Amino acid sequence: MAVTEGAAAETLDVERVRADFPILAREVNGRPLVYLDSAATSHKPQRVIDAVADFYARHNANAHRGIHTLGEEATELYEDARARLARFFGAPAPETIVFTRGTTESINLVAQGWGRTVLREGDEILLTEMEHHSNIVPWQMTVEVTGARLRYIPLTDDGLLDLSGLDALLTERTKVLGVTGMSNALGTITPLAELIAAAHAVGAVVVVDAAQLAPHHAIDVAALDVDFLAFSGHKMLGPTSSGGLYGKAELLERMAPMLGGGEMISEVFHDHATYKSPPYRFEAGTMEVAEQVGLGAAVAYLQELGMDAVRAHERAITAYALERLAEAGATIYGPTDPAIRGGAVSFWYKDVHPHDLAQILNEEGVAIRAGHHCAQLVMRRYGTPATARASFYVYTTTQEIDALIAALATAEAIFA
Amino acid sequence: MALDDIYKEVILDHYKNPRNKRPLERATVSCTRNNPLCGDEITVLANVEDGTLREVAFQGAGCSISQASASMMTEAVAGRPVEEALDLAAAFRGMMAGEVEPTEERFGDLVALKGVVRYPIRIKCAVLAWDVLQESLAGDGEATATSIH
Ligand SMILES: Cc1ncc(COP(=O)(O)O)c(C=O)c1O
Repeated sequence: MAVTEGAAAETLDVERVRADFPILAREVNGRPLVYLDSAATSHKPQRVIDAVADFYARHNANAHRGIHTLGEEATELYEDARARLARFFGAPAPETIVFTRGTTESINLVAQGWGRTVLREGDEILLTEMEHHSNIVPWQMTVEVTGARLRYIPLTDDGLLDLSGLDALLTERTKVLGVTGMSNALGTITPLAELIAAAHAVGAVVVVDAAQLAPHHAIDVAALDVDFLAFSGHKMLGPTSSGGLYGKAELLERMAPMLGGGEMISEVFHDHATYKSPPYRFEAGTMEVAEQVGLGAAVAYLQELGMDAVRAHERAITAYALERLAEAGATIYGPTDPAIRGGAVSFWYKDVHPHDLAQILNEEGVAIRAGHHCAQLVMRRYGTPATARASFYVYTTTQEIDALIAALATAEAIFA
Repeated sequence: MALDDIYKEVILDHYKNPRNKRPLERATVSCTRNNPLCGDEITVLANVEDGTLREVAFQGAGCSISQASASMMTEAVAGRPVEEALDLAAAFRGMMAGEVEPTEERFGDLVALKGVVRYPIRIKCAVLAWDVLQESLAGDGEATATSIH
Protein backbone atom coordinates (compact mmCIF):
# COMPACT_ATOMS: atom_id res chain seq x y z
CA MET A 1 0.00 0.00 0.00
CA ALA A 2 1.05 3.54 -0.64
CA VAL A 3 2.16 4.36 2.87
CA THR A 4 5.63 4.87 4.22
CA GLU A 5 6.63 5.45 7.80
CA GLY A 6 7.72 8.98 8.59
CA ALA A 7 9.51 10.17 11.69
CA ALA A 8 6.72 12.41 13.00
CA ALA A 9 3.66 11.06 11.25
CA GLU A 10 3.01 8.50 8.58
CA THR A 11 3.19 10.15 5.19
CA LEU A 12 1.72 9.19 1.87
CA ASP A 13 3.72 8.00 -1.09
CA VAL A 14 1.83 10.36 -3.36
CA GLU A 15 3.20 8.96 -6.61
CA ARG A 16 1.92 5.53 -5.70
CA VAL A 17 -1.42 6.98 -4.66
CA ARG A 18 -1.69 8.78 -7.99
CA ALA A 19 -1.19 5.55 -9.88
CA ASP A 20 -4.46 4.33 -8.35
CA PHE A 21 -6.47 7.18 -9.96
CA PRO A 22 -6.90 6.64 -13.71
CA ILE A 23 -8.33 10.13 -14.38
CA LEU A 24 -5.07 11.75 -13.27
CA ALA A 25 -3.46 10.46 -16.47
CA ARG A 26 -5.64 12.59 -18.71
CA GLU A 27 -4.84 15.87 -20.35
CA VAL A 28 -6.85 19.09 -20.50
CA ASN A 29 -6.18 21.57 -23.29
CA GLY A 30 -3.03 19.66 -24.17
CA ARG A 31 -1.63 19.91 -20.64
CA PRO A 32 -1.53 17.32 -17.88
CA LEU A 33 -4.59 17.71 -15.70
CA VAL A 34 -3.85 19.60 -12.47
CA TYR A 35 -6.99 18.95 -10.45
CA LEU A 36 -7.29 21.40 -7.57
CA ASP A 37 -11.02 21.08 -6.99
CA SER A 38 -11.32 18.10 -4.67
CA ALA A 39 -13.43 20.06 -2.18
CA ALA A 40 -16.14 20.12 -4.87
CA THR A 41 -15.73 16.42 -5.55
CA SER A 42 -12.81 14.03 -5.25
CA HIS A 43 -11.59 11.63 -7.91
CA LYS A 44 -12.08 7.89 -7.53
CA PRO A 45 -9.41 5.22 -7.27
CA GLN A 46 -9.64 2.26 -9.62
CA ARG A 47 -10.71 0.14 -6.69
CA VAL A 48 -13.89 2.15 -6.22
CA ILE A 49 -14.64 2.14 -9.94
CA ASP A 50 -14.10 -1.64 -9.93
CA ALA A 51 -16.36 -2.13 -6.91
CA VAL A 52 -19.23 -0.37 -8.69
CA ALA A 53 -18.58 -2.19 -11.98
CA ASP A 54 -18.27 -5.52 -10.18
CA PHE A 55 -21.54 -4.92 -8.38
CA TYR A 56 -23.37 -4.48 -11.67
CA ALA A 57 -21.43 -7.20 -13.48
CA ARG A 58 -21.84 -9.90 -10.85
CA HIS A 59 -24.19 -9.12 -7.97
CA ASN A 60 -26.79 -6.68 -9.23
CA ALA A 61 -30.15 -6.97 -7.48
CA ASN A 62 -32.28 -4.79 -5.25
CA ALA A 63 -31.14 -4.79 -1.63
CA HIS A 64 -33.46 -6.11 1.09
CA ARG A 65 -35.90 -7.57 -1.45
CA GLY A 66 -35.16 -10.86 -3.15
CA ILE A 67 -34.82 -14.28 -1.59
CA HIS A 68 -32.64 -15.26 -4.52
CA THR A 69 -28.86 -15.43 -4.49
CA LEU A 70 -28.20 -12.13 -6.22
CA GLY A 71 -30.60 -10.38 -3.86
CA GLU A 72 -28.77 -11.83 -0.90
CA GLU A 73 -25.38 -10.87 -2.29
CA ALA A 74 -26.49 -7.32 -3.05
CA THR A 75 -27.94 -6.97 0.44
CA GLU A 76 -24.79 -8.30 2.01
CA LEU A 77 -22.56 -5.92 0.06
CA TYR A 78 -24.82 -2.98 0.94
CA GLU A 79 -24.83 -3.87 4.63
CA ASP A 80 -21.08 -4.53 4.60
CA ALA A 81 -20.61 -0.97 3.37
CA ARG A 82 -22.76 0.30 6.23
CA ALA A 83 -20.75 -1.69 8.78
CA ARG A 84 -17.50 -0.40 7.33
CA LEU A 85 -18.71 3.20 7.52
CA ALA A 86 -19.75 2.62 11.14
CA ARG A 87 -16.23 1.41 11.97
CA PHE A 88 -14.66 4.24 10.00
CA PHE A 89 -16.56 6.84 12.04
CA GLY A 90 -16.27 5.03 15.37
CA ALA A 91 -20.05 4.53 15.49
CA PRO A 92 -21.31 2.07 18.09
CA ALA A 93 -23.41 0.03 15.63
CA PRO A 94 -24.08 -0.20 11.88
CA GLU A 95 -27.72 0.70 12.58
CA THR A 96 -26.64 4.22 13.55
CA ILE A 97 -25.62 4.88 9.94
CA VAL A 98 -28.44 5.93 7.61
CA PHE A 99 -27.61 5.85 3.92
CA THR A 100 -28.45 9.07 2.04
CA ARG A 101 -27.30 10.76 -1.16
CA GLY A 102 -24.92 12.87 0.87
CA THR A 103 -24.63 15.79 3.26
CA THR A 104 -27.46 17.85 1.79
CA GLU A 105 -29.95 15.02 2.07
CA SER A 106 -28.68 14.07 5.54
CA ILE A 107 -29.13 17.58 6.93
CA ASN A 108 -32.57 17.89 5.34
CA LEU A 109 -33.49 14.61 6.97
CA VAL A 110 -32.46 15.87 10.41
CA ALA A 111 -34.01 19.33 9.93
CA GLN A 112 -37.32 17.81 8.85
CA GLY A 113 -37.51 14.43 10.52
CA TRP A 114 -36.07 15.48 13.84
CA GLY A 115 -36.36 19.30 13.77
CA ARG A 116 -40.03 19.46 12.83
CA THR A 117 -40.89 16.80 15.40
CA VAL A 118 -39.12 18.45 18.28
CA LEU A 119 -38.85 22.20 17.70
CA ARG A 120 -41.46 24.67 18.95
CA GLU A 121 -41.97 28.41 18.87
CA GLY A 122 -39.44 30.09 21.15
CA ASP A 123 -36.79 27.42 20.49
CA GLU A 124 -33.56 28.47 18.85
CA ILE A 125 -31.37 26.88 16.23
CA LEU A 126 -27.79 28.10 16.44
CA LEU A 127 -25.73 27.95 13.24
CA THR A 128 -22.46 29.59 12.24
CA GLU A 129 -21.81 32.14 9.54
CA MET A 130 -19.36 29.76 7.89
CA GLU A 131 -21.98 27.13 7.06
CA HIS A 132 -22.52 25.83 3.55
CA HIS A 133 -26.02 26.66 2.27
CA SER A 134 -26.93 23.03 2.88
CA ASN A 135 -26.61 23.60 6.63
CA ILE A 136 -28.63 26.83 6.50
CA VAL A 137 -31.53 26.48 4.07
CA PRO A 138 -32.97 23.21 5.50
CA TRP A 139 -33.11 24.93 8.91
CA GLN A 140 -34.79 27.98 7.43
CA MET A 141 -37.43 25.64 6.02
CA THR A 142 -37.87 24.10 9.46
CA VAL A 143 -38.17 27.54 11.02
CA GLU A 144 -41.03 28.38 8.66
CA VAL A 145 -42.99 25.37 9.86
CA THR A 146 -42.12 25.37 13.56
CA GLY A 147 -41.72 29.05 14.46
CA ALA A 148 -38.31 28.34 15.98
CA ARG A 149 -35.69 31.03 15.48
CA LEU A 150 -32.28 31.03 13.77
CA ARG A 151 -29.19 32.55 15.32
CA TYR A 152 -25.62 32.62 14.07
CA ILE A 153 -22.16 32.43 15.59
CA PRO A 154 -20.21 35.24 13.86
CA LEU A 155 -16.73 35.03 12.34
CA THR A 156 -13.51 36.78 13.27
CA ASP A 157 -11.55 38.80 10.73
CA ASP A 158 -9.11 35.92 10.28
CA GLY A 159 -11.72 33.33 9.42
CA LEU A 160 -12.38 31.64 12.75
CA LEU A 161 -15.61 31.22 14.68
CA ASP A 162 -15.91 34.15 17.06
CA LEU A 163 -16.77 32.34 20.29
CA SER A 164 -16.40 35.40 22.52
CA GLY A 165 -20.18 35.85 22.70
CA LEU A 166 -21.04 32.16 22.81
CA ASP A 167 -22.61 32.30 26.27
CA ALA A 168 -25.24 34.74 25.01
CA LEU A 169 -25.92 32.73 21.85
CA LEU A 170 -25.99 29.25 23.33
CA THR A 171 -28.67 29.23 26.00
CA GLU A 172 -31.37 26.94 27.33
CA ARG A 173 -33.50 28.11 24.39
CA THR A 174 -30.99 26.56 21.97
CA LYS A 175 -32.26 23.15 20.86
CA VAL A 176 -29.90 22.59 17.93
CA LEU A 177 -26.35 23.61 17.18
CA GLY A 178 -25.55 23.12 13.50
CA VAL A 179 -21.85 23.48 12.73
CA THR A 180 -19.43 22.47 10.01
CA GLY A 181 -16.36 20.44 10.93
CA MET A 182 -14.40 22.23 8.24
CA SER A 183 -15.44 25.20 6.14
CA ASN A 184 -15.41 24.62 2.39
CA ALA A 185 -15.05 28.36 1.79
CA LEU A 186 -12.36 29.25 4.36
CA GLY A 187 -10.73 25.92 5.15
CA THR A 188 -11.23 26.57 8.87
CA ILE A 189 -11.36 23.50 11.11
CA THR A 190 -13.79 24.23 13.95
CA PRO A 191 -13.23 23.26 17.61
CA LEU A 192 -15.89 20.54 17.57
CA ALA A 193 -15.13 18.95 20.95
CA GLU A 194 -15.41 22.30 22.71
CA LEU A 195 -18.60 23.27 20.87
CA ILE A 196 -20.25 19.91 21.48
CA ALA A 197 -19.49 20.07 25.21
CA ALA A 198 -20.88 23.62 25.41
CA ALA A 199 -24.03 22.66 23.49
CA HIS A 200 -24.64 19.59 25.61
CA ALA A 201 -24.26 21.67 28.75
CA VAL A 202 -27.43 23.57 27.73
CA GLY A 203 -29.17 20.47 26.40
CA ALA A 204 -28.82 21.24 22.68
CA VAL A 205 -28.40 18.56 20.03
CA VAL A 206 -25.37 18.98 17.77
CA VAL A 207 -25.54 18.41 14.01
CA VAL A 208 -22.11 18.34 12.38
CA ASP A 209 -21.64 18.91 8.66
CA ALA A 210 -18.65 16.67 7.99
CA ALA A 211 -18.70 17.01 4.19
CA GLN A 212 -15.20 18.51 4.21
CA LEU A 213 -13.85 17.11 7.47
CA ALA A 214 -14.57 13.43 6.85
CA PRO A 215 -12.41 13.10 3.72
CA HIS A 216 -9.28 14.33 5.53
CA HIS A 217 -9.59 13.63 9.23
CA ALA A 218 -10.15 10.67 11.48
CA ILE A 219 -13.52 11.18 13.15
CA ASP A 220 -14.68 9.24 16.20
CA VAL A 221 -18.35 10.05 16.71
CA ALA A 222 -18.48 8.19 20.02
CA ALA A 223 -15.47 9.98 21.50
CA LEU A 224 -16.75 13.35 20.19
CA ASP A 225 -20.20 12.53 21.58
CA VAL A 226 -21.72 14.16 18.47
CA ASP A 227 -25.48 13.68 18.01
CA PHE A 228 -25.78 13.77 14.22
CA LEU A 229 -23.00 13.80 11.63
CA ALA A 230 -23.60 14.23 7.89
CA PHE A 231 -21.12 13.20 5.19
CA SER A 232 -20.83 12.97 1.39
CA GLY A 233 -19.26 9.91 -0.22
CA HIS A 234 -18.28 11.72 -3.41
CA LYS A 235 -15.89 14.02 -1.54
CA MET A 236 -14.09 11.07 0.07
CA LEU A 237 -13.21 8.99 -3.00
CA GLY A 238 -16.66 7.40 -3.28
CA PRO A 239 -19.29 7.59 -6.03
CA THR A 240 -21.70 10.52 -6.46
CA SER A 241 -24.97 10.04 -4.55
CA SER A 242 -23.27 7.96 -1.88
CA GLY A 243 -23.09 9.13 1.71
CA GLY A 244 -25.00 9.11 4.91
CA LEU A 245 -25.96 10.32 8.31
CA TYR A 246 -24.71 9.09 11.65
CA GLY A 247 -27.21 9.58 14.46
CA LYS A 248 -27.29 8.49 18.08
CA ALA A 249 -29.64 5.52 18.35
CA GLU A 250 -32.05 7.21 20.73
CA LEU A 251 -32.33 10.27 18.45
CA LEU A 252 -32.86 8.20 15.31
CA GLU A 253 -35.55 6.33 17.21
CA ARG A 254 -37.46 9.61 17.74
CA MET A 255 -36.89 10.92 14.22
CA ALA A 256 -39.73 10.90 11.67
CA PRO A 257 -39.01 9.72 8.12
CA MET A 258 -38.73 12.32 5.36
CA LEU A 259 -39.87 9.98 2.58
CA GLY A 260 -42.58 7.36 2.79
CA GLY A 261 -42.80 4.34 0.53
CA GLY A 262 -41.53 0.84 0.00
CA GLU A 263 -39.11 -0.87 2.36
CA MET A 264 -39.38 1.72 5.15
CA ILE A 265 -42.60 0.26 6.55
CA SER A 266 -43.40 -2.50 8.88
CA GLU A 267 -47.09 -2.78 8.03
CA VAL A 268 -49.45 -0.72 5.88
CA PHE A 269 -53.18 -0.30 6.52
CA HIS A 270 -55.79 1.78 4.69
CA ASP A 271 -55.27 4.85 6.81
CA HIS A 272 -51.84 4.51 8.33
CA ALA A 273 -48.63 2.54 8.39
CA THR A 274 -46.12 1.49 10.98
CA TYR A 275 -42.49 2.08 10.26
CA LYS A 276 -39.39 -0.05 10.47
CA SER A 277 -36.78 0.79 13.03
CA PRO A 278 -33.76 2.91 12.11
CA PRO A 279 -31.91 3.02 9.81
CA TYR A 280 -34.40 1.32 7.45
CA ARG A 281 -37.22 3.73 8.37
CA PHE A 282 -35.24 6.41 6.57
CA GLU A 283 -34.34 4.42 3.46
CA ALA A 284 -37.54 4.50 1.41
CA GLY A 285 -37.63 3.10 -2.09
CA THR A 286 -34.75 1.67 -4.05
CA MET A 287 -31.54 3.06 -2.64
CA GLU A 288 -28.19 3.87 -4.26
CA VAL A 289 -26.97 0.34 -3.71
CA ALA A 290 -24.03 0.27 -6.12
CA GLU A 291 -22.94 3.73 -5.00
CA GLN A 292 -22.92 2.85 -1.32
CA VAL A 293 -21.01 -0.35 -2.11
CA GLY A 294 -18.52 1.88 -3.93
CA LEU A 295 -18.31 4.12 -0.87
CA GLY A 296 -17.50 1.06 1.23
CA ALA A 297 -14.54 0.41 -1.09
CA ALA A 298 -13.49 4.08 -0.84
CA VAL A 299 -13.46 3.96 2.93
CA ALA A 300 -11.46 0.72 2.87
CA TYR A 301 -8.93 2.49 0.65
CA LEU A 302 -8.73 5.46 3.04
CA GLN A 303 -8.30 3.10 6.00
CA GLU A 304 -5.38 1.45 4.26
CA LEU A 305 -3.76 4.81 3.57
CA GLY A 306 -4.36 5.65 7.22
CA MET A 307 -6.31 8.77 8.15
CA ASP A 308 -3.34 10.15 10.08
CA ALA A 309 -1.25 9.99 6.93
CA VAL A 310 -4.11 11.51 4.90
CA ARG A 311 -4.31 14.44 7.31
CA ALA A 312 -0.53 14.84 7.47
CA HIS A 313 -0.41 15.07 3.68
CA GLU A 314 -3.26 17.57 3.57
CA ARG A 315 -1.52 19.70 6.15
CA ALA A 316 1.84 19.62 4.38
CA ILE A 317 0.44 20.40 0.94
CA THR A 318 -1.75 23.18 2.38
CA ALA A 319 1.24 24.74 4.15
CA TYR A 320 3.16 24.67 0.86
CA ALA A 321 0.27 26.17 -1.10
CA LEU A 322 -0.32 28.95 1.45
CA GLU A 323 3.35 29.85 1.33
CA ARG A 324 3.55 29.90 -2.47
CA LEU A 325 0.28 31.82 -2.86
CA ALA A 326 1.37 34.45 -0.35
CA GLU A 327 4.72 34.81 -2.14
CA ALA A 328 2.87 35.29 -5.42
CA GLY A 329 0.85 38.13 -3.92
CA ALA A 330 -2.51 36.39 -3.49
CA THR A 331 -4.90 37.47 -0.74
CA ILE A 332 -5.93 34.47 1.36
CA TYR A 333 -9.39 34.20 2.95
CA GLY A 334 -9.35 32.14 6.12
CA PRO A 335 -6.74 31.14 8.68
CA THR A 336 -3.14 30.87 7.55
CA ASP A 337 -2.01 28.38 10.19
CA PRO A 338 -2.11 24.90 8.59
CA ALA A 339 -2.64 23.35 12.03
CA ILE A 340 -6.17 24.74 12.25
CA ARG A 341 -7.25 24.54 8.67
CA GLY A 342 -7.71 22.07 5.86
CA GLY A 343 -6.81 21.99 2.19
CA ALA A 344 -9.46 24.25 0.68
CA VAL A 345 -7.75 27.57 0.08
CA SER A 346 -9.85 30.58 -0.97
CA PHE A 347 -8.04 33.53 -2.47
CA TRP A 348 -8.05 36.52 -4.79
CA TYR A 349 -5.10 36.92 -7.06
CA LYS A 350 -4.26 40.58 -7.62
CA ASP A 351 -7.36 42.12 -9.20
CA VAL A 352 -8.21 39.22 -11.45
CA HIS A 353 -11.83 38.25 -10.97
CA PRO A 354 -12.14 34.57 -9.88
CA HIS A 355 -14.17 33.70 -12.98
CA ASP A 356 -11.53 35.10 -15.27
CA LEU A 357 -8.83 33.41 -13.25
CA ALA A 358 -10.50 30.01 -13.36
CA GLN A 359 -10.96 30.26 -17.09
CA ILE A 360 -7.35 31.20 -17.78
CA LEU A 361 -6.08 28.49 -15.42
CA ASN A 362 -8.23 25.96 -17.26
CA GLU A 363 -6.39 26.80 -20.47
CA GLU A 364 -3.27 25.64 -18.65
CA GLY A 365 -4.94 22.44 -17.51
CA VAL A 366 -5.37 23.71 -13.94
CA ALA A 367 -8.84 23.12 -12.47
CA ILE A 368 -9.90 25.39 -9.62
CA ARG A 369 -13.30 26.58 -8.41
CA ALA A 370 -14.55 30.15 -8.68
CA GLY A 371 -17.67 31.52 -7.08
CA HIS A 372 -19.36 31.86 -3.72
CA HIS A 373 -18.92 28.17 -2.88
CA CYS A 374 -22.49 27.95 -1.57
CA ALA A 375 -21.36 30.08 1.36
CA GLN A 376 -22.81 33.51 0.71
CA LEU A 377 -22.79 34.44 4.40
CA VAL A 378 -19.01 34.00 4.32
CA MET A 379 -18.66 36.05 1.13
CA ARG A 380 -20.77 38.84 2.60
CA ARG A 381 -18.81 38.77 5.86
CA TYR A 382 -15.55 39.39 4.02
CA GLY A 383 -17.04 41.79 1.48
CA THR A 384 -16.46 39.87 -1.73
CA PRO A 385 -18.97 38.34 -4.17
CA ALA A 386 -16.69 35.42 -4.96
CA THR A 387 -13.29 33.86 -4.42
CA ALA A 388 -11.04 31.51 -6.33
CA ARG A 389 -10.49 28.26 -4.45
CA ALA A 390 -7.79 25.63 -4.83
CA SER A 391 -8.41 22.43 -2.90
CA PHE A 392 -6.27 19.38 -2.34
CA TYR A 393 -6.46 15.70 -1.56
CA VAL A 394 -4.37 12.56 -1.23
CA TYR A 395 -3.15 12.74 -4.82
CA THR A 396 -2.13 16.43 -4.84
CA THR A 397 1.57 17.12 -5.37
CA THR A 398 3.77 20.14 -4.73
CA GLN A 399 4.44 20.19 -8.50
CA GLU A 400 0.74 20.80 -9.01
CA ILE A 401 0.88 23.76 -6.66
CA ASP A 402 3.83 25.02 -8.69
CA ALA A 403 1.75 24.66 -11.86
CA LEU A 404 -1.00 26.74 -10.23
CA ILE A 405 1.47 29.47 -9.32
CA ALA A 406 2.92 29.50 -12.83
CA ALA A 407 -0.58 29.79 -14.33
CA LEU A 408 -1.33 32.75 -12.06
CA ALA A 409 1.44 34.63 -13.79
CA THR A 410 -0.24 34.01 -17.15
CA ALA A 411 -3.46 35.49 -15.78
CA GLU A 412 -1.64 38.50 -14.50
CA ALA A 413 0.00 39.07 -17.88
CA ILE A 414 -3.44 39.20 -19.53
CA PHE A 415 -5.20 41.33 -16.94
CA ALA A 416 -2.47 43.51 -15.49
CA MET B 1 -10.50 28.80 -30.20
CA ALA B 2 -8.69 29.89 -27.10
CA LEU B 3 -8.17 32.77 -24.80
CA ASP B 4 -7.21 35.15 -27.57
CA ASP B 5 -10.71 34.86 -28.83
CA ILE B 6 -12.54 35.29 -25.61
CA TYR B 7 -10.28 37.92 -24.15
CA LYS B 8 -9.96 39.95 -27.27
CA GLU B 9 -8.53 43.36 -26.80
CA VAL B 10 -11.96 44.90 -27.14
CA ILE B 11 -13.18 43.01 -24.09
CA LEU B 12 -10.15 43.88 -22.03
CA ASP B 13 -10.45 47.49 -23.08
CA HIS B 14 -14.06 47.73 -21.96
CA TYR B 15 -13.19 45.84 -18.76
CA LYS B 16 -10.30 48.10 -17.84
CA ASN B 17 -11.94 51.33 -19.03
CA PRO B 18 -15.65 50.72 -18.67
CA ARG B 19 -17.88 53.22 -20.48
CA ASN B 20 -20.79 54.84 -18.67
CA LYS B 21 -19.96 53.20 -15.37
CA ARG B 22 -21.33 55.88 -13.08
CA PRO B 23 -24.40 56.98 -11.17
CA LEU B 24 -27.14 58.57 -13.26
CA GLU B 25 -29.02 61.23 -11.38
CA ARG B 26 -31.66 61.73 -14.02
CA ALA B 27 -32.39 58.00 -14.28
CA THR B 28 -36.05 57.25 -14.76
CA VAL B 29 -35.59 53.49 -14.58
CA SER B 30 -33.10 51.28 -12.77
CA CYS B 31 -32.77 47.68 -11.76
CA THR B 32 -30.25 45.56 -9.83
CA ARG B 33 -29.68 41.87 -10.25
CA ASN B 34 -27.06 39.35 -9.34
CA ASN B 35 -25.58 36.32 -10.99
CA PRO B 36 -26.25 33.45 -8.58
CA LEU B 37 -23.25 31.60 -9.94
CA CYS B 38 -20.73 34.09 -8.64
CA GLY B 39 -22.65 36.69 -6.67
CA ASP B 40 -21.67 39.47 -9.07
CA GLU B 41 -24.14 42.32 -9.03
CA ILE B 42 -25.02 44.81 -11.74
CA THR B 43 -27.27 47.85 -11.67
CA VAL B 44 -28.45 49.36 -14.93
CA LEU B 45 -29.76 52.92 -14.92
CA ALA B 46 -31.44 54.68 -17.81
CA ASN B 47 -33.06 57.98 -18.57
CA VAL B 48 -36.03 57.26 -20.82
CA GLU B 49 -37.78 60.19 -22.48
CA ASP B 50 -40.46 59.92 -25.14
CA GLY B 51 -39.78 56.23 -25.60
CA THR B 52 -36.07 56.75 -26.19
CA LEU B 53 -33.11 55.79 -24.03
CA ARG B 54 -31.46 59.18 -23.69
CA GLU B 55 -28.72 58.03 -21.33
CA VAL B 56 -27.70 54.61 -20.06
CA ALA B 57 -25.23 53.83 -17.29
CA PHE B 58 -24.30 50.87 -15.12
CA GLN B 59 -22.75 50.15 -11.75
CA GLY B 60 -21.47 47.10 -9.92
CA ALA B 61 -18.56 44.72 -9.99
CA GLY B 62 -17.90 41.54 -11.85
CA CYS B 63 -15.71 39.49 -14.12
CA SER B 64 -14.32 40.79 -17.38
CA ILE B 65 -17.13 39.26 -19.41
CA SER B 66 -20.00 40.72 -17.39
CA GLN B 67 -18.35 44.14 -17.06
CA ALA B 68 -17.34 44.40 -20.70
CA SER B 69 -20.76 43.28 -21.84
CA ALA B 70 -22.41 45.93 -19.64
CA SER B 71 -20.05 48.62 -20.88
CA MET B 72 -20.62 47.76 -24.55
CA MET B 73 -24.34 47.55 -23.95
CA THR B 74 -24.57 51.08 -22.61
CA GLU B 75 -22.88 52.34 -25.77
CA ALA B 76 -24.97 50.18 -28.06
CA VAL B 77 -28.39 51.16 -26.72
CA ALA B 78 -27.93 54.81 -25.74
CA GLY B 79 -29.95 57.12 -28.02
CA ARG B 80 -32.09 54.28 -29.31
CA PRO B 81 -35.85 53.85 -28.99
CA VAL B 82 -36.82 51.35 -26.28
CA GLU B 83 -38.17 48.94 -28.92
CA GLU B 84 -34.84 48.86 -30.72
CA ALA B 85 -32.93 48.37 -27.50
CA LEU B 86 -35.14 45.42 -26.62
CA ASP B 87 -34.67 43.98 -30.11
CA LEU B 88 -30.93 44.23 -29.70
CA ALA B 89 -31.19 42.54 -26.30
CA ALA B 90 -33.11 39.68 -27.91
CA ALA B 91 -30.58 39.47 -30.75
CA PHE B 92 -27.67 39.46 -28.30
CA ARG B 93 -29.27 36.65 -26.37
CA GLY B 94 -29.67 34.85 -29.70
CA MET B 95 -25.98 35.32 -30.45
CA MET B 96 -25.13 33.84 -27.05
CA ALA B 97 -27.37 30.88 -27.83
CA GLY B 98 -25.50 30.42 -31.11
CA GLU B 99 -28.72 31.15 -33.03
CA VAL B 100 -28.02 34.62 -34.38
CA GLU B 101 -25.12 35.29 -36.71
CA PRO B 102 -22.54 37.49 -34.92
CA THR B 103 -22.14 40.19 -37.53
CA GLU B 104 -20.22 43.41 -37.10
CA GLU B 105 -23.04 45.45 -38.72
CA ARG B 106 -25.60 44.32 -36.22
CA PHE B 107 -23.53 44.09 -33.06
CA GLY B 108 -20.56 46.42 -33.42
CA ASP B 109 -18.06 45.88 -30.57
CA LEU B 110 -20.34 43.28 -29.07
CA VAL B 111 -19.19 40.67 -31.61
CA ALA B 112 -16.07 40.42 -29.47
CA LEU B 113 -18.19 38.43 -27.03
CA LYS B 114 -19.06 35.72 -29.54
CA GLY B 115 -16.29 33.47 -28.21
CA VAL B 116 -18.19 33.18 -24.93
CA VAL B 117 -20.63 30.83 -26.66
CA ARG B 118 -18.01 28.14 -26.26
CA TYR B 119 -18.11 28.46 -22.48
CA PRO B 120 -21.73 27.79 -21.54
CA ILE B 121 -21.25 28.59 -17.87
CA ARG B 122 -20.09 32.10 -18.72
CA ILE B 123 -22.96 32.97 -21.04
CA LYS B 124 -24.77 33.98 -17.85
CA CYS B 125 -22.02 36.53 -17.19
CA ALA B 126 -22.39 37.97 -20.69
CA VAL B 127 -26.17 38.31 -20.61
CA LEU B 128 -26.45 39.60 -17.04
CA ALA B 129 -26.45 43.30 -17.96
CA TRP B 130 -28.94 42.66 -20.77
CA ASP B 131 -31.28 40.88 -18.40
CA VAL B 132 -31.11 43.83 -16.06
CA LEU B 133 -31.73 46.29 -18.90
CA GLN B 134 -34.77 44.34 -20.04
CA GLU B 135 -36.09 44.11 -16.53
CA SER B 136 -35.66 47.81 -15.90
CA LEU B 137 -37.49 48.69 -19.13
CA ALA B 138 -40.28 46.28 -18.31
CA GLY B 139 -40.70 47.64 -14.79
CA ASP B 140 -42.62 50.67 -13.63
CA GLY B 141 -39.53 52.76 -13.24
CA GLU B 142 -38.99 51.95 -9.59
CA ALA B 143 -35.63 50.60 -8.52
CA THR B 144 -35.91 46.87 -7.94
CA ALA B 145 -33.60 44.19 -6.64
CA THR B 146 -34.17 40.65 -7.74
CA SER B 147 -31.95 37.79 -8.71
CA ILE B 148 -32.03 35.61 -11.78
CA HIS B 149 -33.72 32.19 -11.43
C1 LIG C 1 -19.11 22.02 3.95
C2 LIG C 1 -20.08 21.41 2.98
N1 LIG C 1 -21.29 21.07 3.38
C3 LIG C 1 -22.19 20.50 2.56
C4 LIG C 1 -21.91 20.25 1.25
C5 LIG C 1 -22.96 19.64 0.38
O1 LIG C 1 -22.59 18.36 0.02
P1 LIG C 1 -23.39 17.53 -1.04
O2 LIG C 1 -23.52 18.40 -2.25
O3 LIG C 1 -22.54 16.35 -1.28
O4 LIG C 1 -24.70 17.19 -0.45
C6 LIG C 1 -20.66 20.60 0.76
C7 LIG C 1 -20.30 20.36 -0.64
O5 LIG C 1 -20.09 21.23 -1.43
C8 LIG C 1 -19.71 21.19 1.65
O6 LIG C 1 -18.51 21.54 1.22
